[in-house]
Amino acid sequence: MDDSNFESEVLKSDKPILVDFFATWCGPCRMQGPIVEEVAVEIGDKAKVGKMDVDACPQTSQKFEVMSIPTIIIFKGGQAVKTFVGLQDKQSLIDEINKVI
Amino acid sequence: MDNLYDVIIVGAGPAGLTSAIYCARRQMKTLIVAKSLGGQAALANDVENWPGIENISGFELMNNFKLQADKLGLEFNFNEVLNITKSGDNFVVKTNKDELQAKSAILSFGLTPRDLGVPGEAELKGRGVTYCAICDGPLYKGKVVAVVGAGNSALESAEYMSKLAKQVYLLSNSDKFTADPVLVEDVQKISNVELTCFSKIKEIKGVGKVESIVLADTRDEEKTKEIKLDGVFVEAGHQAKTGWLKGTVDLNDKGEIITNRDCETSEAGIFGAGDCTDTTYKQIVIAAGEGAKAALQAYKYVVAKSSGYIKPDWGKCKTVQGEDVNLNMVK
Repeated sequence: MDDSNFESEVLKSDKPILVDFFATWCGPCRMQGPIVEEVAVEIGDKAKVGKMDVDACPQTSQKFEVMSIPTIIIFKGGQAVKTFVGLQDKQSLIDEINKVI
Repeated sequence: MDNLYDVIIVGAGPAGLTSAIYCARRQMKTLIVAKSLGGQAALANDVENWPGIENISGFELMNNFKLQADKLGLEFNFNEVLNITKSGDNFVVKTNKDELQAKSAILSFGLTPRDLGVPGEAELKGRGVTYCAICDGPLYKGKVVAVVGAGNSALESAEYMSKLAKQVYLLSNSDKFTADPVLVEDVQKISNVELTCFSKIKEIKGVGKVESIVLADTRDEEKTKEIKLDGVFVEAGHQAKTGWLKGTVDLNDKGEIITNRDCETSEAGIFGAGDCTDTTYKQIVIAAGEGAKAALQAYKYVVAKSSGYIKPDWGKCKTVQGEDVNLNMVK
């Protein structure tokens, strides 16, 4: 995902979507990445999961005021409904997605 | 009880992850509760004193620890522990999300960046207030930031941020910068870094994100001024954040957990390892070693509690009360 398809993929998504804002230079993000992938597998087609490189997508990162990474935002109906800052475990993310499905 | 762990390990840096690996290899039902992975070690650019590996990045080294823990099937929970209380023979570990029970606990949560303790700081943490320039710095490209601190880490952060940010204010609350003089001289030459002494943050302001700081002159606190900016990088050193353990285990005057050479704390069943303890040297290899010791001692404790005696491969066979046991009698 990037700035160009953020609106169609996230804001206009018919399902809730979890977006992992990361950077390639960020250690904790590299640990968060595989956890988010596990969430994607476990949650199946009930919700979507996406990743955004904050360096490659400055507009979206600024718009949602991503100031510390990893930041994970769950969007539903075009709105950010939950924001996590810092490393998150699989279960916490799945629990939050389940709340908005 | 299903959710009763043999051991809960608090922290996932070198000490915590090593403890976890040792506990798993002893077949203990283990849970690691941590706010992040790899601790301070994961932020080191180069580690050149981990024996057997000439040079490795701190992140890669800690990621190897984590991958090894994953292979052993270790369970992680990335929450914050609020307190530990005794309940019968077990301990209740309360986190910001749930209550967990364990027969023993290992405290290995390392050191935490020191807070400024000013209004607005806690509310705006992660919203412009940050404690790690190399983690969050690149998100402040072209912005205005303050770096708070006078030591080497503050000066290094200011130098790093000067390449990214438009303007950097470097604030010392005393009459000088205590970092290496060569480093101070270098930073003074950078055109977009403004060094200020006698300058103390009184308040961090902003709605949803940092918008400004209120500075007071430490010689006359009535004199204040407000600076508009986007980020505050706190580099005020590190501390063992153990306020939540007061009354649970004994702490020294620096707030570090007092441990004996077997990593036991003042509370039987709670062990300590690594930088959050009163160990003299804060080093990755030492923390890992202490983590191993704490795990073996926790194993010994849990086994002794359940069987009434300590297995002979852990030295002389004794009862939990410390009496020598003839193993032929206790079967």
